[in-house]
Amino acid sequence: MNQYIPILIFTLIAISFPIITLLLAKLVRSGSPNAVKAEPYECGVKMPTTAYDTRFSIRYYLIAVLFVVFDVETIFLFPWAVMFDKLALFGFIEMVVFLAILLVGYIYAWRRGALEWA
Amino acid sequence: MHAALIQFIVIPVVKIAVILGVVLLVVAYLTFAERKILAYMQVRLGPNRVGPKGWLQPIADGLKLFVKEDLIPAKAEKAVFLLAPAMIMIPALLAFSVIPFAPATKLFGLLPKAIPPYVTDINIALLFVLGISSIGVYGIILGGWSSNNKFSLMGGLRSAAQMVSYEVPMGFAIIAVLLMARSLSLVQIVKAQQAAHLWFFVPGILALGIYFICGVAETNRNPFDLPEAESELVAGFHTEYSGMKFAFFFLAEYTNMLVVSSLATIMFFGGWLRPFPNVAWLSFLGVVPPVIWFAVKVAGFIFVYMWFRGTFPRYRFDQLMQVGWKWLIPLSLANLVIVGAGVLLVKG
Repeated sequence: MNQYIPILIFTLIAISFPIITLLLAKLVRSGSPNAVKAEPYECGVKMPTTAYDTRFSIRYYLIAVLFVVFDVETIFLFPWAVMFDKLALFGFIEMVVFLAILLVGYIYAWRRGALEWA
Repeated sequence: MHAALIQFIVIPVVKIAVILGVVLLVVAYLTFAERKILAYMQVRLGPNRVGPKGWLQPIADGLKLFVKEDLIPAKAEKAVFLLAPAMIMIPALLAFSVIPFAPATKLFGLLPKAIPPYVTDINIALLFVLGISSIGVYGIILGGWSSNNKFSLMGGLRSAAQMVSYEVPMGFAIIAVLLMARSLSLVQIVKAQQAAHLWFFVPGILALGIYFICGVAETNRNPFDLPEAESELVAGFHTEYSGMKFAFFFLAEYTNMLVVSSLATIMFFGGWLRPFPNVAWLSFLGVVPPVIWFAVKVAGFIFVYMWFRGTFPRYRFDQLMQVGWKWLIPLSLANLVIVGAGVLLVKG
């Protein structure tokens, strides 16, 4: 585990970098806030609601669900690829079968219009 | 105990300090390079007033952002609003903890024994970089959401959808490289190319194309810069950010470009290896230190990034999703099977 120690140190330094920079900037930066500056950068009549109330397309959720399905598959392929010389032909055929099964699901999602954005 | 202290604390801290310093300086000058290159592509001069030929422009930009007023919108979710820029900057920097840019060196005999100049080499380095860089999407979506601005919210959502969509074909493209290298350690990937006398871009040309397209999409760059499409979303997820917090979003974008380019160099172009090591009359190329080779290759990818920006119009969002899901995923899967079969054939 020794090779992970530098990563830990790097993490601590990387975390402290934005904190220190922002604190230093706080000392020197100018600032004269007023109510108008603190309004959202939008034009037109001031909205009674906030942006949190805005509805957005359900398709974003759909994309997220599809992503989870496919990304789990990617993770499954990583160890397979690393051990490929030991698995050889048997592993290769097995993986083609696995990908074929997944392809069925992919085609199903495509046919049902899950990949369309309209 | 004393030796352990030097080995595990002092040496890493020195390396990290140097690497972080170099990375931040390079990133600052990437912004300058981009403005200059774009300017010449559009037959303009670009920034040329600050310092000789404009070379102090990034310093001036940095100072300006440093002393700028830092506004927080009244209705913003303040804690999350503050957290978001840090959440995008920290992972971008962290990727450099495992990126090997040169082999172990004695620094021209200054050191008693050769030590590797990169921070560390772990056996899951590639997975680590992928994992760390996916954290960046939280920074974008949290920044977009907490700003309480419609443009920011739309930009954040788009960016999240875009980044997760392109992560899948990117993963498949990387697996094609793993089939050839059979290691997740970035150092081992370079060494595999050295042993094979073949840089992986030759058998993996399709993987390289898919990887780089996905890399451009992951970093939200042209022609996939939908999250900050200024013609419709003002500045996207960072519309409400100003001063140093804006600077973090800006720096993180360029740092991520550097990470994507470094990974492309390591996986497909032999990292720090020099070209034609076996051609006798080209042996003078060996004089150039490995780190320079690495830098040249990375600079090539960075230039392609800027070239894209100077050339391509922006995609529409449905087109973007279509390219990712309907073209790149089947293509990268097919590539995976082809490379797998190829590796099997070559190995016999």
